[in-house]
Amino acid sequence: MARGATIKLDVFRCRPEDERGTFRSYDVPYREHWVVLDALNWIKDYMDGTLSYRWSCRMGVCGSCGMMINGQPALSCAVFLKSYYPNSIRVEPLSYFPVDRDLMIDLEGFLAKLKSIKPWIIHEDEKPLEAGEYLQTPGELAAFKQYSMCINCMLCYAACPVVGAEEDFLGPAVIALAQRYNLDSRDQGAEERSVAIDADEGIWGCTFVGECTEVCPKQVDPAGAIQRAKVASAKNWYSKLLPWGER
Amino acid sequence: MKNRYMTPLGWYWFLQRPAFRAFMAREATSVAVAGYLVFVLILLNAIGDGPVAYDRVVVNLKQPLAVFGHVLVFGAALYHSITWFNLTPKAMPIYIGEDRVADFWAAILMGYLPWLVVSAVVLWAVTR
Repeated sequence: MARGATIKLDVFRCRPEDERGTFRSYDVPYREHWVVLDALNWIKDYMDGTLSYRWSCRMGVCGSCGMMINGQPALSCAVFLKSYYPNSIRVEPLSYFPVDRDLMIDLEGFLAKLKSIKPWIIHEDEKPLEAGEYLQTPGELAAFKQYSMCINCMLCYAACPVVGAEEDFLGPAVIALAQRYNLDSRDQGAEERSVAIDADEGIWGCTFVGECTEVCPKQVDPAGAIQRAKVASAKNWYSKLLPWGER
Repeated sequence: MKNRYMTPLGWYWFLQRPAFRAFMAREATSVAVAGYLVFVLILLNAIGDGPVAYDRVVVNLKQPLAVFGHVLVFGAALYHSITWFNLTPKAMPIYIGEDRVADFWAAILMGYLPWLVVSAVVLWAVTR
């Protein structure tokens, strides 16, 4: 690598009043240990302070720096420049979300969907405090732990063509989180959640493309969660048809 | 507030990524499978019409175009079956106690093994 080497970033720029965005090119210093987020921070600090984007932890935990990097949804803190050098890198906001400004997307729609599945533990009968904790075996924890690793980075939404086609589709992360609570032995809220989940905009909207699982930085496997929810829902529906089934 | 910019999902979305192309190929093969069912209905109808009608269908089946169509549908059905067998463990994981059986073995248990058994039974019934 030549001393003083640079790498070109084509960054999407869009103000709230713009109908469409444009790309602006920046030549930033190339460092082998830099990730895309480092390059964006360099642009903001030394070239263009108006560039807007979200970030926080820089270590794949907060889930706030998700972007489209050369067309792939990824956490910009986890993608190294050296993976692309000497070619240029195209950076865009996550697909299928309204853009607030530049690389920042509007989260309101996602948060409303998240709230609709009641992502908290619902007890049928609340125990008094003095009765102690709700205990679980390691097996009961393992049943839902994978789905609890979601960091709401929304990469799975940007990878899902159904999200792009159907505005009301709940989407991979929200359904995976519903599964996280439905599979928790301390929770009895599956029936309440089913109103949102067992709908055309819920699990039945998913066509099992599977890209949500591929791009997930936490190996949550939302595609698997949705298919398991479909199987559970179908079993439940058929069991109600039986004479001895619950109605 | 006016509508803000959002990356559109163009009609060509399925060309954009290899995984999308594989998905569309998997879905498209179901059209070939459904089409073959129509052919089976035509065959059943010919059987109902008697030996002359049935023999006519059999003769037509030996035409190169019919053979090519069958090879094409067989390939599509094979791709359809294999891709779905591989996906089955995602929807229906198997647990032994608290341990999840590896997807590879689960696919063999739920997909490939029953497929082989059913194929062997059909082969036996046809050739005995």
